[in-house]
Amino acid sequence: MGLRTPLYDNHLKMGAKIVDFGGWDMPLHYGSQIEEHHQVRKDCGMFDVSHMNVVDVKGANVRGFFRLLLANNVDKLKTKGKALYSCMLTAKGGVIDDLIVYYMDDQWFRVVMNAATREKDMVWVNAAAKEFGGLTVTPRNDMAMIAVQGPKAKEKVYQALGEALRAPAGALKPFHAVTVGELFIATTGYTGEDGFEIILPAKAASFTWQMLREAGVPPIGLGARDTLRLEAGMNLYGADMDETTSPLESGLAWTVALEPTDRKFIGREVLDKQKAQGVPQQLVGLVLEGKGMLRNHQKVVCNGTGEGEITSGSFSPTLNQAIALARVPAAVKTGDRCIVDLRGKSATVRVVTYPFVRHGKSCIST
Amino acid sequence: MSHVPKDLKYTKTHEWLKSNSDGTFTVGITHHAQDLMGDMVFVELPQKGTPVSAGKECGVVESVKAASDVYAPLSGEIVEANAVLSDAPETVNKDCYGAGWMFRLKPGKPAELDSLLDAKAYEAWVASEKH
Repeated sequence: MGLRTPLYDNHLKMGAKIVDFGGWDMPLHYGSQIEEHHQVRKDCGMFDVSHMNVVDVKGANVRGFFRLLLANNVDKLKTKGKALYSCMLTAKGGVIDDLIVYYMDDQWFRVVMNAATREKDMVWVNAAAKEFGGLTVTPRNDMAMIAVQGPKAKEKVYQALGEALRAPAGALKPFHAVTVGELFIATTGYTGEDGFEIILPAKAASFTWQMLREAGVPPIGLGARDTLRLEAGMNLYGADMDETTSPLESGLAWTVALEPTDRKFIGREVLDKQKAQGVPQQLVGLVLEGKGMLRNHQKVVCNGTGEGEITSGSFSPTLNQAIALARVPAAVKTGDRCIVDLRGKSATVRVVTYPFVRHGKSCIST
Repeated sequence: MSHVPKDLKYTKTHEWLKSNSDGTFTVGITHHAQDLMGDMVFVELPQKGTPVSAGKECGVVESVKAASDVYAPLSGEIVEANAVLSDAPETVNKDCYGAGWMFRLKPGKPAELDSLLDAKAYEAWVASEKH
């Protein structure tokens, strides 16, 4: 038996197929993951993401701590509630985890990290905090997290959880959060759609889940969560990047703040060097021309420039074709054709810029 | 949960066969197989006229989760493949014993029929695989 979220029994009641995900017993789907995918793109759905690691860091100089800990610069967070996506790097510039950090107030930052990396993340953060001094680091195991995503998500959340949320939550710009009573409501997500991620007391999770269900929000499993995030062109830790890869070769250069040059964040020296020398590899999008499936670790042969590998391959229900993220030589360009070996047969893939889908619409050029 | 019609024959590799009046057999994959695989996104079938050998792979089904070979349950020749599945692979999930059939074959070695499982034996096989 694995770890279970406060919503485990709700998943069983709703007919979930349960799978192990990073040590957690989580719902893969509740019938059809492709139908769940379309449901989120066309209407909305809810995800139990309580396995994610919510950590509150507090202290007089908490901002200074995150300036050192993260590759992105928390000084971009000027208004309370603003969120920032960042990688946390090893001294060698490898990615320990990717995360979202929220600026709550001058003495309180909230971080949401991945579930599968929980142990090593906590070892790293605790050690860094101890060295920095003057901080308390509190994993919020007393909290659950529900994401409601899709074009109708916000309306359904107000309907389910109360009109009182409409004013504070409706006023949020993308990538912001607000606290309303015991609810922490953020306009973040992993689908490329509108919606909220809601952090709430674990004891209120089951009731909230049921209220959302009664308002017409169906549950969505991890299967659809993965195809939605891939269409949205969002990286998956452990697949698209890990401690052996730099953010600069993982499509995450936009999350690395090398300015100002005097901010000495962990991993900076290596990234400065990589930037100066040029990174030999890059993350690109691939679309399979014709029928078939793309899968993780398939080899990508790029004519004249070398070889690469698919880091996340799957089927796009919105585009009705196989898509992938792949790490390929830096010389490969959008529009190039590469060859992927599909179970012994050569297939042509087209290199595209991603995201593949945003707000329900294809954004790849044909 | 898994549905195993009594009037069909089965293989240990989770294909089903239905005997047709013209001597051919219609073949598909079982409810248990499609349930294990999840949503189908790609089905590749042998073309009409292809000779096949019992127990040898002759097609591929791919779901979002995994790829799996489809094995010929009997030796013989493919007389028809289900053209619907190329554009609508989800038919295998929706109606695996009906519209989601995969191919029809004309058997060449009648003795092989004896090695097929009946519904009861297939149910027992599925139960044994779970342990």
